[in-house]
Amino acid sequence: MTEQMQSEQGQTVVDSAKADKTIIHVEAMHKWYGSFHVLKNLNLDVAQGERIVICGPSGSGKSTFIRCINRLEEHQQGKIVVDGVELTDDVRHIDSVRKEVGMVFQHFNLFPHMTVLENCCVAPIWVRKTPRKEAEATAMEYLKRVKIPDQANKYPGQLSGGQQQRVAIARALCMKPKIMLFDEPTSALDPEMIKEVLDTMIELASSGMTMLCVTHEMGFAKTVADRVIFMDGGEIVESAPPHDFFDNPQEPRTQQFLKQILHH
Amino acid sequence: MSESMAPPKRAFAPVQWMRDNLFNTWYNILLTVVVVYMIGTSIGPLLNWLFLDATFTGADPKDCVGDGACWLFINQRLNFFMYGFYPDAQQWRVDIMFFLLAVAFVPQFIERFPARRWLGIFGMTGLPIIGYILIPGGWFGLEEVQSNKWGGLMLTLILAYVGIIGSLPLGIILALGRRSEMPVIRGFCVIFIEVWRAVPLITVLFMASVMLPLFLPEGMNFEKLLRALIGITLWQSAYMAEVIRGGLQAIPRGQYEAGSALGLGYWRKMRLIILPQALTLVIPGIVNTFIGLFMDTTLVLIIGLFDILGTVQSTITDPAWQNVAIEGYVFVAFCFWVFCFGMSRYSQNLERKLDTGHKT
Amino acid sequence: MNDNNPPLQPSRSKPWNDPRVRAIFFQVVALAAIAWSGWTLIENTLANMESRGISTGFGFLDQSAGFGIIMSLIPYDATYSYGRTFFVGLLNTLLVSAMGIVAATILGFIIGVARLSSNWLIAKLSLAYIEIIRNIPILLQIFFWYFAVLRSLPTPRQSVDVGGVFFLNNRGLYLPDPIAQPGFGWVEAALVIAIVAVVIIKRWAKKRQLATGEIFPTVKVGISILIGLPLLAYLATGGPIEWDIPALKGFNFGGGITLIPELAALWVALTLFTAAFIAEIVRSGILSVSKGQTEAARALGLHNGLTLRLVVIPQAMRVIIPPLTSQYLNLFKNSSLATAIGYPDLVSVFMGTTLNQTGQAVEVVAMTMAVYLTVSLLISFFMNLYNRAAALKER
Repeated sequence: MTEQMQSEQGQTVVDSAKADKTIIHVEAMHKWYGSFHVLKNLNLDVAQGERIVICGPSGSGKSTFIRCINRLEEHQQGKIVVDGVELTDDVRHIDSVRKEVGMVFQHFNLFPHMTVLENCCVAPIWVRKTPRKEAEATAMEYLKRVKIPDQANKYPGQLSGGQQQRVAIARALCMKPKIMLFDEPTSALDPEMIKEVLDTMIELASSGMTMLCVTHEMGFAKTVADRVIFMDGGEIVESAPPHDFFDNPQEPRTQQFLKQILHH
Repeated sequence: MSESMAPPKRAFAPVQWMRDNLFNTWYNILLTVVVVYMIGTSIGPLLNWLFLDATFTGADPKDCVGDGACWLFINQRLNFFMYGFYPDAQQWRVDIMFFLLAVAFVPQFIERFPARRWLGIFGMTGLPIIGYILIPGGWFGLEEVQSNKWGGLMLTLILAYVGIIGSLPLGIILALGRRSEMPVIRGFCVIFIEVWRAVPLITVLFMASVMLPLFLPEGMNFEKLLRALIGITLWQSAYMAEVIRGGLQAIPRGQYEAGSALGLGYWRKMRLIILPQALTLVIPGIVNTFIGLFMDTTLVLIIGLFDILGTVQSTITDPAWQNVAIEGYVFVAFCFWVFCFGMSRYSQNLERKLDTGHKT
Repeated sequence: MNDNNPPLQPSRSKPWNDPRVRAIFFQVVALAAIAWSGWTLIENTLANMESRGISTGFGFLDQSAGFGIIMSLIPYDATYSYGRTFFVGLLNTLLVSAMGIVAATILGFIIGVARLSSNWLIAKLSLAYIEIIRNIPILLQIFFWYFAVLRSLPTPRQSVDVGGVFFLNNRGLYLPDPIAQPGFGWVEAALVIAIVAVVIIKRWAKKRQLATGEIFPTVKVGISILIGLPLLAYLATGGPIEWDIPALKGFNFGGGITLIPELAALWVALTLFTAAFIAEIVRSGILSVSKGQTEAARALGLHNGLTLRLVVIPQAMRVIIPPLTSQYLNLFKNSSLATAIGYPDLVSVFMGTTLNQTGQAVEVVAMTMAVYLTVSLLISFFMNLYNRAAALKER
């Protein structure tokens, strides 16, 4: 029963945000690890420029879900359409989607054998075929935007966690993606570094980027998100604008979750 | 919460497994077909040679008439391969040692074996003394058996066993010396370790057999076996030292500082705090070097000792037996493989256990 | 505060309780002990050599050796000196080591990658290979190839004949020997031109990438030029190579290149043995690159091949190269087992025959060990340089 309601709910939101500008379309998507049902009947439409925060207890499938959107994980049932391209086994489709979708990981995953600048340039040069000079200029621009242009020639190992995560954001932006995925970008950081990364993300949000963030930072969700999605047990339990979500949660599971993390 | 559903229907499990693991891409299909064909065509003849057409029983080389392996040869010369020229009437002494070795070390592979620690300590301390009395004899009414009569598996085990027991304390001292703050001691240990590690064992054995007699004062001479044992022990101690040094380096600084803070002097700190931890850490490394040493003992046949490979080699060239080289080598290879594979599995398991132990 | 007071010093301990004094005392004792034992050894050795009538010094190196060696890369016969035997042996050692290193590296990388194959059968087969080969003594493997396989090959008259060009018998493997004819200079020139062309293309491709972003397939084009140009020159000049094909003359083959069975057995055994260890190194090197690295590369849109080339291999190589060099050193040291089957390597020729004939144990052992020591030290020196250069920069 609940499933029915959610899909209806999802549908309404998309309608209000003009369906023709939908950039991510997920429909009746299921995923299994072996016989374990990780994602159950997910439906979601994301409009261009929309900022979505996904939260939920650990093991609820939220990371797996956004990793399906650039097919780091494959789904077994249902449909995912990103920027007009459906994700299937076809390698060309996958590559063209990944070009347009940037991703920031929990553990940064910078390439330790390349300098910060090389990290930022490698994909534009090899994937977008940008001239090196131009790629480096763009990279410097983004490094300035994340406020670390002076570290460009250092290696990732020489930077702090917060700096590394900002480089990772710049690296993803250098591909000029249409969508950015954030997979718990602040979970591996020391408390004093969380703010610098969040500030970067807030700045990015104000520039009109389509963003999907898996995060536990409820303050960030309140200020930035257009919609907050709560996942539990592999399904979308509730999806609402932040003030409704935090002030007036409908589902008992959401209420319980919010009570836990806000107390903490 | 909505119910979990079963994953979408896929093909029958084994079929699906084969599709995923053997036939998932065109080149994997090709590889699988080629490999299956190769295994298919070679396994039959191999089994035939090894078992079906092989000769197991008989009394004479002439009984080996089939196309298969002549296992009769191993059967007939087994005594030689086990004991070398050790007199038949005295072989019970070697058997006792085999038995005691097994009692001391096999339980080390079995977790929760009662008192296995004590058995291990006995194997490293008491057992060598018993062996020193039993094997050469010459006292307590035991008939003396000269070392040039020793051979076969027994000699291989003696070389490896003495090599490890001798090199362990030497290796500990060298490793401590290499980490010492005194430049003379450290320098000497570094040179000693690096020189032995740089040269092949065979040159060490040659050196032990031609130069050791020159080093000793006149009138004093060692038997060939003892010279080889000295060479092997010194050589092995350099490798052992490096393994132990790895363990010493893995002990956090805090342990050294805590030891000093408790008012322990250098030797007590090492003996009570650092070495017990470091040695536990490096047991897998010690087992691995032991595997290497065990296999390298075969080199003594080059200086004329009859270890297990030496006894087999000398029988192969015996005109009484024709064309038994492959059987002989397969037999020795099998003996070594069982020992070494077992030990390497043991050290891998231990490594995995120590690894997780350290992370938590 | 009064500035004229001397700074407060900790009170002095008794000198024999001062750790620094103790350390110096221990070291002096150790030094004395080392010196004393060294002196005793030298004294004993000199006395022993005198009583056996062995002269000391390196004079014997100039004496005529008087024994033949079955294989030599430099001119050698029994009239040459003992000094010459040293170089003959050394070159033979280097030859088999180099051959072994090249072959073991190729085989080891193939097996290491196969170990990670998605094909279950291939992965298990590689595992079986590794676990079988590395748990059997290398000497036994050398014996197996020499005595059980190569020695049981047919006699020269019944040689295994491959296309009338290659011959295999118990005296060795006979291969045709290419002999350059006039006109071969063109082929050599073409090779030089090809190398120059590749360098120029590489520079041009880099410049073009800077300007336009177009990526030129430098590797593929480079390889085809390097192979194609000399081949073209070879065909254009009418194939200026004559093959000296081995032929049966009397009891044995003449002409061509001979790979003696001792060398072949040693080569095969060293290659197969070392490849098993290299495979494990390659496997763990590749596995050491975390899954996050490949995921990040894939998320940036780099396809499989580029991910491997730009992200996985550069990181894996840092992990692979140090243990790989120590395997090379092991192979080099293991090549001394040549003496067990009579391949004339350094140990067999010099530490074996020359030592036996001259009795100059100290000099011969010292020279042989010096060779191994030098090579080991050189390699670990370069390894340290490499490690320093390749170490990932960390805070």
